[in-house]
Amino acid sequence: MAKHETPLLDQLESGPWPSFVSDMKQEADARAKNEKNIEYQVAQDNIEDLLGVLELSYNDCTTHWKHGGIVGVFGYGGGVIGRYCDQPEKFPGVAHFHTLRVNQPSGHFYTTDYLKKLCDLWEFRGSGMTNMHGSTGDIIFLGTTTPQLEEVFYEMTHKLDQDLGGSGSNLRTPSDCIGEARCEFACYDTQDLCTHLTMEYQDELHRPAFPYKFKFKFDGCPNCCVASIARADLSFIGTWRDEIQIDQEAVQAYVNGEIKPNGGAHAGRDWGPFDIQKEVIDLCPTGCMKYENGKLEINNKECTRCMHCINVMPRALRPGKDKGCSILAGAKAPILDGAQMSSMLVPFIKVNKENEYAEIKELIENIWDWWMEEGKNRERLGELMKRQGFQKLLEVTGLDPDPRMVQEPRHNPYIFWKEEEVPGGWDRDINEFRKHHQR
Amino acid sequence: MALDYEESKEKIVEALQKKAKTKSKFYFNDLSKILEAKPREAKKVINKLVEEGVLEYWSSGSTTMYGLKGMGKQAGAEHEGE
Ligand code: HEM
Ligand code: SF4
Ligand code: SF4
Repeated sequence: MAKHETPLLDQLESGPWPSFVSDMKQEADARAKNEKNIEYQVAQDNIEDLLGVLELSYNDCTTHWKHGGIVGVFGYGGGVIGRYCDQPEKFPGVAHFHTLRVNQPSGHFYTTDYLKKLCDLWEFRGSGMTNMHGSTGDIIFLGTTTPQLEEVFYEMTHKLDQDLGGSGSNLRTPSDCIGEARCEFACYDTQDLCTHLTMEYQDELHRPAFPYKFKFKFDGCPNCCVASIARADLSFIGTWRDEIQIDQEAVQAYVNGEIKPNGGAHAGRDWGPFDIQKEVIDLCPTGCMKYENGKLEINNKECTRCMHCINVMPRALRPGKDKGCSILAGAKAPILDGAQMSSMLVPFIKVNKENEYAEIKELIENIWDWWMEEGKNRERLGELMKRQGFQKLLEVTGLDPDPRMVQEPRHNPYIFWKEEEVPGGWDRDINEFRKHHQR
Repeated sequence: MALDYEESKEKIVEALQKKAKTKSKFYFNDLSKILEAKPREAKKVINKLVEEGVLEYWSSGSTTMYGLKGMGKQAGAEHEGE
């Protein structure tokens, strides 16, 4: 028998999709039965109370969680998000129900044994409820009390070799795509760069001193599996600067139907025989491909690395050999004026493991210096870029302007030069001028 | 020039206590302005003040603020005056 009646939540379970309500009830039941004889360190029925307070919110259309709070583990300004219920008498099990962000391993690689240990720890010292993974990338532990925070942190850091992630005005847990570990499209080692920068910037991750949050995300290619272009203040997107590698024999095999396009995806219905003209050439956004007399040609100068042709015919086409990444800056998802994508800042950079990514770190630190000094409270990098201008960003990063930084160069050719950037400056020889122009 | 810790501590505590009637939570930038220091320099001092328990963090989850330890901050977060 449920502790609280929850007719509105029950209704949510009737839809066609897996329901978080069912998941919560399952964990609530498991805690009530306690078949593993766990000595629960927080209220055994806290998930019942969580269901109850959510039902209440559905009824009175308002939240019953207070706004933020003072919690954390010693010395850390992030990783714990204080959540206090404003109806603690009715729902004592969730009076404190803090969230922990647990820094996920790069590429989300771990063993089942390790996952079990994390889950066991959380059943013992928290609600047992997790979110794998949050949209930040972290492993999210949902719901524990203040006294348990240090305990969980101690167990994680001393026994599981596991740190907390970021929250608040600091560097958020960097996140990356699975990259070279499993994916042939990867143009650089996303996991190594992600891990390296996570370790390098531990201070920025744990001790908030930024105007607001700051995110790095790493995609091995423009398919952008972690959506870095939409979700990161600095997006690292794998790319190449030479030519797409073409295997003409494999192109023929696709054309003849010997290899399934799209790696066999979209096979749920019969789309008819593969039509290279219709499905590849005509869909190339820059119109830079042609297929004539059984031969595929690409005008690589016009290619924007959209990945479409490569995704459709992965056995015939591959990214080039001269690989690296593009760095884009300033994405955010504002509530009022719609999503803002990152803007191209570094069209191509070699991702250089040998010198521990020195060039990339220099760029990052120049940007941080600027933003930390000039950024207003709660202003993201993308907003500062809009307020002070892209030109200012180029100045602080010491980068030269480049047509590839202009979104549509042919539509918007304006470049405002400063006098010192123009040979000879603004001054002209008036006598020379008068030779051709009357007063 | 590196900031002198004791001197900086005095500045911060004094400034925050002065404003205590109207405000108990401060952005990082407010603190570096009090110290009249670049953010990176200010950060070293502010970290130490947290470590020593002079200051403590308040976090909404998305934004972090600082305040003198033990000062009521929660009501302010819910716009009830502090
Ligand atoms: C290659 C030829 C031309 C180019 C590249 C050009 C470019 C431009 C640009 C960049 C502006 C905007 C300036 C600003 O933002 O302040 C402008 C404004 C203007 N142009 Fe041209 N232009 C050309 C020829 C002409 C000609 C032949 C005329 C008229 C006979 C003309 C009349 C104007 C006028 C009236 C404005 C608006 C000025 C204002 O805002 O006060 N343009 N043009
Ligand atoms: S972003 Fe590219 S490299 Fe990374 S997993 Fe996706 S397809 Fe592969
Ligand atoms: S990657 Fe995109 S732009 Fe480049 S050739 Fe293929 S379809 Fe065209």
